[in-house]
Amino acid sequence: MSLAGELFREFALLSFVAFGGATALLPEMHRVVVENHHWLDDTTFTHLYAIAQAAPGPNVLVVTLIGWEVAGLLGALAATLAMCLPMSVLIYLLIDRWESFSGKRWQKAISLGVAPLAVGLVFSGATLIAKSAGLGWAAWLLVGATVVANLRTKLHPLWFIAVGAALGLLGLV
Amino acid sequence: MTATGTENQNRPDLRALFLGFSSVGLSGFGGVLPFARRMLVEEKRWMSSEEFNTQLGLCQFLPGPNVINLAVVVGKRYQGVAGAIVAPLGLLAGPFAIVLLLALLYDRYGSLPIAQSMLRGIAAVGCGLLFAMAWRMGTALKDKSVFLPFTVLTVAAIAWLRWPLPSVMIAGLLLSGGVAYWKLGRK
Repeated sequence: MSLAGELFREFALLSFVAFGGATALLPEMHRVVVENHHWLDDTTFTHLYAIAQAAPGPNVLVVTLIGWEVAGLLGALAATLAMCLPMSVLIYLLIDRWESFSGKRWQKAISLGVAPLAVGLVFSGATLIAKSAGLGWAAWLLVGATVVANLRTKLHPLWFIAVGAALGLLGLV
Repeated sequence: MTATGTENQNRPDLRALFLGFSSVGLSGFGGVLPFARRMLVEEKRWMSSEEFNTQLGLCQFLPGPNVINLAVVVGKRYQGVAGAIVAPLGLLAGPFAIVLLLALLYDRYGSLPIAQSMLRGIAAVGCGLLFAMAWRMGTALKDKSVFLPFTVLTVAAIAWLRWPLPSVMIAGLLLSGGVAYWKLGRK
């Protein structure tokens, strides 16, 4: 199978468990792309995540970048489509029936039950980025400062990105 | 172009859907859902805020990128299949092009020390934003004493043991969803 085809298969499978969006999938994408297939190395993976953060658009675009680095334009299209298409089709078919099962006990149970798992996935994604970026102590300080500032202020995320880029350029992290 | 009048039911055509969702896609950094809400409910008045909340329910219930799911729902509602294709395309087309442009720059200049150090700084900040997001999602959990342990188990399985996500999610959903189902029945 071609690289783009393989990407499509792997990412389409992941889209079914993407509770919490593409961000929640970072650890698993890392496993597939870096550990299992060796399509990318740790550094490139981290860089792609950084670029996706600095670009506008839905979070899912980190997938586009991974697809591009693995298999060019075809890879970018395959990865993006794989992540979006299965659930789009499902939601198209289900939306008219949503009213009839929303509020049912099993529906509420799934919503309640999935939430703590999604938190765990996003947290795992953060530890994974930290690990593959090989952060030093100064970078950890920056991570801590970002967490505090992001939770305490309403500053636009772009400011954080700009500060990170500037500190990086100055060689401080 | 601003919507005038107070009725909710302006019927957008395909072009309006594409352009409306393009503006949403291009305005958000690190998640565009709040921008989608602003466009749909406040600016264009394609839906009321109650409608938005109900429809978002399914989009958040199902896995996958929520805002793409939302675009499919809104597109379908106004223009059927064509709308359901055009709206998410509008959402993705602009950012897709920008990201590929950045990828081209990265392929050409990414190995330069200056780019490497800049990306290292951004990655650290991005990592902090993720921790903050996890924190925010965690504090929003209901019934923390019951459900936070499942967060801990998920982190242990995924980040520490490196178990595969699909099996972890299925097992986790059975356990955590099962507990939720049981608790809902007791009320």
